[in-house]
Amino acid sequence: MSEEFQTKRLDYKIIYQIIEPGSRVLDLGCGDGELLNFLAKSKNAHVQGIEVDEQAIYKCVEKGLSVFHTDIDSGLRGYPDKSFDYVILNQSMQETKKADFVIQEALRVGNKAIIGFPNFANLRARFMLFFQGKAPITKSLPFYWYNTPNLHFLSITDFKNYCADKNIKILDAFYLGKTSTIRIWPNLLALDAVFVITRRH
Amino acid sequence: MVTDKSIVQTKYFTFSQPPNELPLESGLKLGPITLAFETYGELNANKSNAILILHALSGDAHVAGMHQGDEKPGWWDSMVGPGKAFDTNKYFVICSNVIGGCRGSTGPSSINPKTNKPYALSFPMITISDMVNAQRFLIDHLGIDKLLCVAGGSMGGMQALQWVANFPQRVRSCIPISTGLKHSPQQIAFDEVGRQAIMADPDWKEGNYYETGQPEKGLSVARMLGHITYMSDQSMEDKFSRKLKDKNYSFKFETDFEVEGYLIYRGDIFVKRFDANSYLYITKAMDYFDLSADKLIPENKTLDSRFLVIAFKSDWLYPPYQSQEIVRLLKSRHVHSSYCEINSTYGHDAFLLEIKEETRLINHFLSNIFKG
Repeated sequence: MSEEFQTKRLDYKIIYQIIEPGSRVLDLGCGDGELLNFLAKSKNAHVQGIEVDEQAIYKCVEKGLSVFHTDIDSGLRGYPDKSFDYVILNQSMQETKKADFVIQEALRVGNKAIIGFPNFANLRARFMLFFQGKAPITKSLPFYWYNTPNLHFLSITDFKNYCADKNIKILDAFYLGKTSTIRIWPNLLALDAVFVITRRH
Repeated sequence: MVTDKSIVQTKYFTFSQPPNELPLESGLKLGPITLAFETYGELNANKSNAILILHALSGDAHVAGMHQGDEKPGWWDSMVGPGKAFDTNKYFVICSNVIGGCRGSTGPSSINPKTNKPYALSFPMITISDMVNAQRFLIDHLGIDKLLCVAGGSMGGMQALQWVANFPQRVRSCIPISTGLKHSPQQIAFDEVGRQAIMADPDWKEGNYYETGQPEKGLSVARMLGHITYMSDQSMEDKFSRKLKDKNYSFKFETDFEVEGYLIYRGDIFVKRFDANSYLYITKAMDYFDLSADKLIPENKTLDSRFLVIAFKSDWLYPPYQSQEIVRLLKSRHVHSSYCEINSTYGHDAFLLEIKEETRLINHFLSNIFKG
């Protein structure tokens, strides 16, 4: 039943492949609902979203999706434990005020969390900072210092260390280059990373 | 001027004849009951396209279209009609005046058949649940088993939620707008000030004013207070600022500012169409409203109905956090629900004014329910 997800976004393709048919999925920062809509239609997933942008909410409602118009920091309150198989925090975790709290909440309401974020230790970022003395601007970090929505800047190594410190098990990891996933030296070469994590029992 | 507004007529349905009166939440009974109602569009063959619109405190059954000879259309005409949010080309829309009201349904100003006089304060206290239980007879009468949607703003939203609480199997979807799960102390406080204004008017006469004329001053003050709570700081600034009626201050206790003139005008037109005792009864019903905790959905139960909850950022009478409480309750019971907080400066009035945004949400929400 599942079909190829026609999207320009490599991260969406990866997340789409991770999620098993029929899963219960909550997307934190679901945008206009493109990923959720495809998961619902092609993988028969039971999907819900949380999104802070009003115009994006209209687009989600048009698609027939269940969406909650609020910020991610306060959005998970009220959801019972283990309501979802997957909680997606893709390109939104670094924009939350309390990233640690949000990740812990994601692992409370979901069995697994899928965390996608831009890699601040990417070669180009390092180059800009080291040789040019500038705050990095890359394909995955396309903002100036004065207009970036990102509140947290982290590398792949930082995230792995965080998981080890917080007793979080990494089930899978995907490292994204410009057009495809990469295997070698991800903390140096990857633009973005997608982790599948769960709580260690 | 040529107008394409379709002419509609109010209809009446009478039921709960003694000895089969409607049992009320207070333990008392009410009957016979007449409900004034209007319908728009056509009920389809399998009766799956019926939508019940619920009105707010001062509303009535006349939600859309024109009455013969009227200059103004119904109170939500911009939302109900062919091609509109509640598209009457597709759906059969019903709206009825609540019990306790004064716009054709049985209320304190109706004649009590036992005494042949207006009920006045002998009318039993009613609740939002009683209003909904009475509407259920109308929906039965129309031959509709399951409503496609119940929808309304403010007290209309309370009735929509109460429909789900009382008859969960008969509602496919619910659109509560600018409302909450219960009346807060602030909302009760505003209602009480309104009631005190009415009851302090010597013309009120313990409610027995139907031969002498109603307490216009008190009712008008109640309405003026209401209107303040329906606007926002920003919308009042935009609408009136400190604009004067005349060029200079009068230096008398007269109407200097436009905002004063507006409130007095609103009070004056309200007393011509609304019964003071109805105002007392209906505000009390709102104050008693409480579907918090397990009262909307019983413990360990869930619902098949889908929800679209809408709030407005500048609404301080029914603030968005109260709508979010509805959504959180629904989420905790795994009920399909969407929530949108529309960025509006109109305050509580926004649900009557932010037509474009509401239309976009409701139109798509309904067609997805109708398809599915």
